[in-house]
Amino acid sequence: MDLRYSDADEKFRSALRGWLAAEAPKHGAPPPRDDWDARRAWDLGWQRKLFDAGYAGVNWPKAYGGRGATLTEELVYYEETARAKAPYVGMNFVGLRHGGPTLIAEGTELQKQRHLPRILRGEEVWCQGFSEPIAGSDLAALKMAAVRDGDHYVVTGHKIWTSFAQRADYCELLVRTNPTAPKHKGISWLILPMNLPGIEIRPLPTLRGESDFSEMFLEGVRIPCENVVGAENDGWRITNVTLRFERGTAWAADIIELTQFLRDMAKLAKQLTRDDASAWEDRALRRELGHLAAEADALWALVKWQIGEVQKTGVPGLGGSALKLAFTELNQRVYEFGHRLLGRAGLARDDFARLPVVEINDTFLNTLSLTIAAGSSQIQRNIVSERILGMPREPR
Amino acid sequence: MNFSLNDDQLALQQGIRDFCEQEFPIDALGVLEKTPVTRERWKQLAEMGVFSLRLPEAQGGIGLGMAEAVLVFSELGRRLVPGPLVWSQLAAGAVDGAANGDTIVGGLDDTHPTNRPQLVEHAGVLDAFVVLGRSGVTQAPASTLTGSDFATPLDPLTPVRHVAALPQGAVIGDALAAARWRRDGALLSAALQLGIAETTLALAVEYAKKREQFDRPIASFQAIKHLAADMHVRTEAARAAVYAAGATCDDAAIGEAARAVSSARVVAGEAALKNARTCIQIYGGMGFTWEMPPHYFLKRALVLEHAFGTTDDHCELVAESVGA
Repeated sequence: MDLRYSDADEKFRSALRGWLAAEAPKHGAPPPRDDWDARRAWDLGWQRKLFDAGYAGVNWPKAYGGRGATLTEELVYYEETARAKAPYVGMNFVGLRHGGPTLIAEGTELQKQRHLPRILRGEEVWCQGFSEPIAGSDLAALKMAAVRDGDHYVVTGHKIWTSFAQRADYCELLVRTNPTAPKHKGISWLILPMNLPGIEIRPLPTLRGESDFSEMFLEGVRIPCENVVGAENDGWRITNVTLRFERGTAWAADIIELTQFLRDMAKLAKQLTRDDASAWEDRALRRELGHLAAEADALWALVKWQIGEVQKTGVPGLGGSALKLAFTELNQRVYEFGHRLLGRAGLARDDFARLPVVEINDTFLNTLSLTIAAGSSQIQRNIVSERILGMPREPR
Repeated sequence: MNFSLNDDQLALQQGIRDFCEQEFPIDALGVLEKTPVTRERWKQLAEMGVFSLRLPEAQGGIGLGMAEAVLVFSELGRRLVPGPLVWSQLAAGAVDGAANGDTIVGGLDDTHPTNRPQLVEHAGVLDAFVVLGRSGVTQAPASTLTGSDFATPLDPLTPVRHVAALPQGAVIGDALAAARWRRDGALLSAALQLGIAETTLALAVEYAKKREQFDRPIASFQAIKHLAADMHVRTEAARAAVYAAGATCDDAAIGEAARAVSSARVVAGEAALKNARTCIQIYGGMGFTWEMPPHYFLKRALVLEHAFGTTDDHCELVAESVGA
């Protein structure tokens, strides 16, 4: 049990800290939420700066443009970017946090060379085409049909709840390549170039009022067979690799950001006046904040614990379901606390009176998606109870 | 960094686990009610190194750290081993005979706002009594603890005595030492709480797999499975936090030890109480009976809630650190 960062880790930390202090403020304020071209440019621009400085893909292989460092340095990277309030991963989430990692674990050499360096350089945005109107929690029931025609699949069907579809270059697409096999056995995982003919994207405004969400309709879209990741009809296994990244290590950065946010809320509470005293004088408020911070500390320790597992196997284990469940629910409580701290100022969705209304309210509203995405909290509870605790499966 | 337990730590954990499973079987908890602590068992615990674990080798101890102590104490918690385990471990090296089990040491934190009325645990078997005050740590013979024993303590394995006044003892440590006892005591308590969370989870899952209703094991119902999943999540978070706090106490370069301990104590305390309650719920009507084990775990979790700072106290300590 050795929790000490090595000298090399600390050297990496101090160089990164210096670089972030100089560069993060220069990147400027994030663009307005509905200016999608500007948001793409801002997110990718920051990724490019990270790449040029050698901080993109900290634990990705050097051969594909990564830093080739350890997962421990990746943790240092998350701690420092949270501390510096560097730009969020934003539109790069899918590519960096689970699309790219899936290709590293399961992709062909050609697929890795084609995509990984471009994801790291901020030249490629990915989205995730998993869910369908009839296949949400029952993901394996998906119906999007892929029919082989020579060296192409001809794909037709309907995807839903696809974030950033209208600004993405590629999509992690799940299709049914064998309609007669049992539902888990006929799925394939394809790389869909979003510029192919036959793709229609219809925005689906979210409860935040943004149109980052979409429905995707594919009609006879011809996808080269070389774009299949893993073997044809082995897509459910690949999907679980993707989901393990999405449920496990993908949230490490967000967990450490919770602690940073609570630090900001403590500062804010000291500035706010309630009943002729600062809000921080309120013992109940301090206890609630301390409680949330203790839970965030514990989850950060759990990330470190699970990193040990990833280092052994290369892919996050089932424990990611427990982490995802705990993090996403804590996340909602933390930002709701922030909202309550704002008081009636929180009735707005614009910054005013020097209060971070946008950060708090918009992030809080966004937290409501995370207990649903990547397998709802209820699905995670099924996974934990059945696959970790060995309780009998639901009839399905 | 490698958070995994090393081979020595795994061997230590397995050794104490085997001992506790042998000596403190869960289905015999009721047998302990009459005499929760005996000298013979106390000596056995001492021989296992429970008290001398952190004492330097030069002083006859094993010379290990808090990282190892939390492993040992979570095993003791898993089997609800009774007695003033935390106080006696803290006292090793400071009170004669504590390390080798000859002296059974109990204690109380006299600075805590809820310590009136003064209830002392295990007073009847103690040899020495330690008080944590504002200015330091004092020690007195346990014979000075005059008062009346309650006929029915909350935890049947933790007898309590109402004492009129705490003894004026001899000073064995300064204010800094008292602070260190409080911190280490909170973490060892958190490790016991972790053990309670682990066992109540295991008991609940085992029971749910066997118990049938509607012609199916109740473990197949989502209503039960989701309760168990939440117990698991709480346990995992508590384990990571307790282990991390142990390592942080041993190496200042890792982080702020007091913060890590308070965070661990908050999540472990909640995991113990909530898991024990949920365990009783999953046992259903049987969970409300004395003969089934879950109630012992709930009651011990309640005893631990009042030792070395409450959950609320530690929430405030974490908040102070966050706001610093």
